[in-house]
Parts: sequence; structure tokens; C-alpha cells
Amino acid sequence: MDISKRRFMQSAAAAAAFGAVPHASAQTPVREAAQAAGGEHLQPLTLNVNGRPYVLALEPRVTLLDALREYLGLTGTKKGCDRGQCGACTVLVNGRRINSCLSLAVAHAGDEIVTIEGLARAGKLHALQAAFVEQDAFQCGYCTPGQICSAVGLLAEAAAGAASGASADVRDLRQVALSDAEVRERMSGNICRCGAYPNIVAAVKKAGGAA
Amino acid sequence: MNSFSYVRVSDVESALREGGAAGSRFLGAGTNLLDLMKGGIERPQRLVDVTRLPLTAIEQLPDGGLRIGAMATNSDAANHPLVRTRYPLLSQALLAGASPQLRNMATVGGNLLQRTRCYYFYDSAFAQCNKRNPGSGCAALEGYNRIHAILGASDQCIAVHPSDMAVALAALDAVVRVRGPKGERAIPLGEFHRLPGDTPQRDTNLEHGELITAVELPASRFTKSTYLKIRDRASYAFALVSVAAALDMQGSTVRAARIALGGVAHKPWRAMQAEALLAGSALDTGLLRKAAAAAVEGAKPYRDNAFKVELAQRAIVRAVQTAGGMA
Ligand SMILES: Cc1cc2nc3c(=O)[nH]c(=O)nc-3n(C[C@H](O)[C@H](O)[C@H](O)COP(=O)(O)OP(=O)(O)OC[C@H]3O[C@@H](n4cnc5c(N)ncnc54)[C@H](O)[C@@H]3O)c2cc1C
Ligand code: FES
Ligand code: FES
Repeated sequence: MDISKRRFMQSAAAAAAFGAVPHASAQTPVREAAQAAGGEHLQPLTLNVNGRPYVLALEPRVTLLDALREYLGLTGTKKGCDRGQCGACTVLVNGRRINSCLSLAVAHAGDEIVTIEGLARAGKLHALQAAFVEQDAFQCGYCTPGQICSAVGLLAEAAAGAASGASADVRDLRQVALSDAEVRERMSGNICRCGAYPNIVAAVKKAGGAA
Repeated sequence: MNSFSYVRVSDVESALREGGAAGSRFLGAGTNLLDLMKGGIERPQRLVDVTRLPLTAIEQLPDGGLRIGAMATNSDAANHPLVRTRYPLLSQALLAGASPQLRNMATVGGNLLQRTRCYYFYDSAFAQCNKRNPGSGCAALEGYNRIHAILGASDQCIAVHPSDMAVALAALDAVVRVRGPKGERAIPLGEFHRLPGDTPQRDTNLEHGELITAVELPASRFTKSTYLKIRDRASYAFALVSVAAALDMQGSTVRAARIALGGVAHKPWRAMQAEALLAGSALDTGLLRKAAAAAVEGAKPYRDNAFKVELAQRAIVRAVQTAGGMA
């Protein structure tokens, strides 16, 4: 079959590319590792992740998600669908939550990126991490880094008075109370395969000071 | 993804120079383009990143209208106080689309140019798709066509346009501002997207190398409005049918109405006949049903989407009732 052959070739190529790129330790610049992987259009760039500059040379087609996981060794950020449909890859860029799988790493030169690894401070969990533990807001944990980064973005948006699809009237510019319906709508970009939703809602409300 | 080169531009002249080259494409946030490139549907050789162009402002126009820079994110547009208070319909439609993360990335220009979510277009394993591969046929015609068009389709393509924002913009009589190698032009939203006809590979009337710089809205007299989106789950899903309804009321009489439908055609579908029926009358359910029936006159459903004909009518009735304060 023409189709299955092409599919096989695609995944074989992907596997080979990963194999050629040693997972760089988070301590060292990884320019050499990236160059060893070859590629026609290596582009030099510095990514600022969790307050640290990383000097890289990447092909433009490397997504921010793959750069974090495969080149910086920051594997806390997860790949669920790789197509913008699940939210597992959520990180914060300049304080806003985004899907790192549908964004090119080269497009983020100069941005401040925060991943799940960057939320705890001096050995102390971020309020949302603590709330997720306390409220038992995960089962397998695969979606959790994305859920937590998303919730950090959510609380900042809510504090800034952002509206949502659950807003009764978007013309009302006052800050909204984070009801269950609001949290569910505002967290709807993060799918949980284990269905931990009720406890995720509780954790977000708790960290947001609403429960 | 195939390999490509990347350049970030910081002024419109460079964007036009770079974007005009053969094989070049503008890159907004990439939430649609990169997705399609991963699937092998789009294969540009060079991406020209326009997100850092100084075209993010949202500002009032001297005539009372509003200009939204094409690089404003969907979130910023939805949350701007002028949009929320004067064009709540647009804010609602934006907030009904995608997810918070995607809206934080996606640009207004990119949203207008997002491509259809027809399964047969999106999966290159299907040989037949006139949009992807002109002349190959349309797999959706005989395939599973539950999400497809009921209005304005052709025997070449029955795909629908997926944008929520564009449906609100159609109802609000928006104008798309464009700059290209031949200069500047303004395209009314209703003429921006195309019907498939026998050239379904072309979604819009934008030419290669033309850059969307802004979307402009006229001063709004439609003070009562609502965006109703019907989908398979409560959030983070494309519309099966959506309705943007806006009313200019004098007491209980409709002075003028604007109704646009999403999820039913290859472009945001203005229901002009329905609008005309409502103008000058009091809002009552009987008249609304008549207007809704007029909106789907000539509808042509396929095997799996006949439900949309009824759904669209009920959605129109409910949306106009909600806008008019009857529901
Ligand atoms: C899982 C998922 C769910 C979604 N759900 C919804 C939904 O419910 N409703 C909805 O409306 N949308 C939905 N979307 C689509 C989303 O709204 C679009 O992907 C987004 O708006 C595109 O904007 P962008 O800036 O990322 O565009 P890009 O992907 O960067 O670009 C899209 C196209 O526009 C061109 N382009 C970009 N900017 C310009 C410009 N200024 N001038 C000329 N050409 C330009 C590009 O070349 C490309 O062809 C969803 C997307 C995903 C992945
Ligand atoms: S991995 Fe990015 S949204 Fe699923
Ligand atoms: S905890 Fe398992 S996917 Fe969410």
C-alpha cells in the first residue's frame, strides 16, 4: 500500500532525526548537538527559558515543543497530539499560555519562556502545583504540566479582567468570579485522558482564592 | 514537516518584498499553517514571520468605526474594551473559537485565512480533494459529509469555512485592508472569501504576496447582538452551525437586522433575505420562523448533513430572540 509505506517512511525519518540528536543536558549549550543533526538551514538563536539563555542553532522547522524536549532536555512539557488539540504542550511565553507544538522555536527568539520546570521557586512549589497535589488533580499525570501552566495563564488573564465564552455579558468589564463554569470554559484547552476534571477545577479555584 | 527557511520581518516593506517571492508564505502564529505543514498539505519553501510587524493596534476611527491591526492576537481583539463594549458580537465570536492558548497566539489576519477542516482536505491519504489537488475530485461528496456545506457548494467542493470570527465580521459589514505589490486595497468581508465553484483551491480573493494589514468595522448601530455556536462539545470544537445576529431596534420594532451563518458554506453566509423580512416589523416568533426558512431557501444537504437545514433555522430563531431580549 502506497499510504502505509509513506506513513512508515515518515515515522522512520522522524526516529532517525531524534536518534541523531543527543538529549543535551540542561546545563550545557547545545549548538554542537544541533549542528551534528545536520539540516540545510540551521539558524542561530537564543531561547530564554526559565530565566536562562540557551544558545542554539536549529532548523526553522523545529517546534518550540521539540526544542524544549529534544534540544534543551526539558521534558516536563509533554507532547500529546502535536497538533494543537490537547494542551499537553502548554507553556508560558511572555506570561501568556500558548501551545508550544504549533509554534516554531525560531519565532521565539527574544521571548521569555516559562515551562513547568520553571514554576517552583527555591524548592517551594508554585501555588498551582501545591493546589494540584492537595486536590488530587491528576491520575497518570501526563496532562498535568500543561494543565498547571495553563492554569497559571488563566489566573493572570482573570486578574486582568479577561472575558471568556462563559461570560454572561462581555460588555461588563469588571473582573469575574471564577465559578465552576468559568474555570471549565477557561481550562477547556487542556484535555485530560484520565478525566481528572472535577479535581482540576477544584485546584484552580483553590489557587485562585475562590474556594 | 518539510524543511524551509524562515525570516522575521519588522516593517511592511520588507514583508511585501519577502512575501512576494515564489514559494514564500506569510507566517502568523502558525496555528493553522504549521498544522497543515505537519500534515504535508502545505509545503512552503520560505516563511515570512509577520507577527512582529507594528500592526497590532486596536483603535477608534474618526468616523466612529474601529480598526483592528491584522497582527493583534485573537485574545487581544476579544478583550479590547472598545471591542467588548461596542462590538460584543465580535468579542463573543472570538471567544467561542479554539482554546485560550490558541487565541493567545492566533492573529486576526491568520484567522481570516485559516483553511477548511474538511477531513478529506486535511488528510493527504485521500487522493481526491479538489482543494488540495485540483482536478482530483471531491471525496466528501460520496463520503462522510456530516460537517459539510448546505449552501453555495458546487459539485467540485462542499467544504465549509471554519472561522467564528469571520461570521461576526460578516454580520458587522467589516472591511479587510490589504497591501500588496500593486498597492493598497480594501475588500468588503462579503467579497473576501469565495464560493468554491470550479476553483475550490482558492479560498479567498487575496492574491499571492498580499498582506492583510487590518480589519475595519463601521460605527455600529446594532446595539443588540449575540453569537450562537452549536457544536459537538461545549468548548474547543468547531461549529456545526453558528449564527451571528445583530439588531438595530426602535422600541419593539426592528429597524435593521444583520444575520450571518457559519458552518453552512464555503464562506461566512449572510442571510440577506431573512434580514429584509425582519426589517420594519416587530419581533415575533412567527415572523422569525419565516425569516429562518428564507435563510435556508435553496439549501442542498448531502447524505449526512441534512440535520443542518433544520438546525440552522432553529439557531437563527434562537439567536435573534436572544439578541432581541426575547429569550
Ligand atoms: C485544535 C484547534 C481548534 C480550533 N478551533 C477553532 C474554532 O473553534 N473556531 C475558529 O474560528 N478557529 C479555530 N481554530 C483555528 C484558529 O482560529 C486558526 O488556526 C488561527 O486563527 C490562525 O491564525 P494564525 O495567526 O495562527 O495563522 P497562521 O496559521 O499563521 O496562518 C494562516 C494563513 O494565513 C496566512 N497569513 C497569516 N497572516 C497573514 C497576513 N497578515 N496577511 C496575509 N496572509 C496571512 C498564512 O500564510 C496562512 O496561509 C482552531 C485551531 C486548532 C488548531
Ligand atoms: S501537543 Fe500541543 S496541543 Fe497537543
Ligand atoms: S491525569 Fe492522566 S491525562 Fe490527565
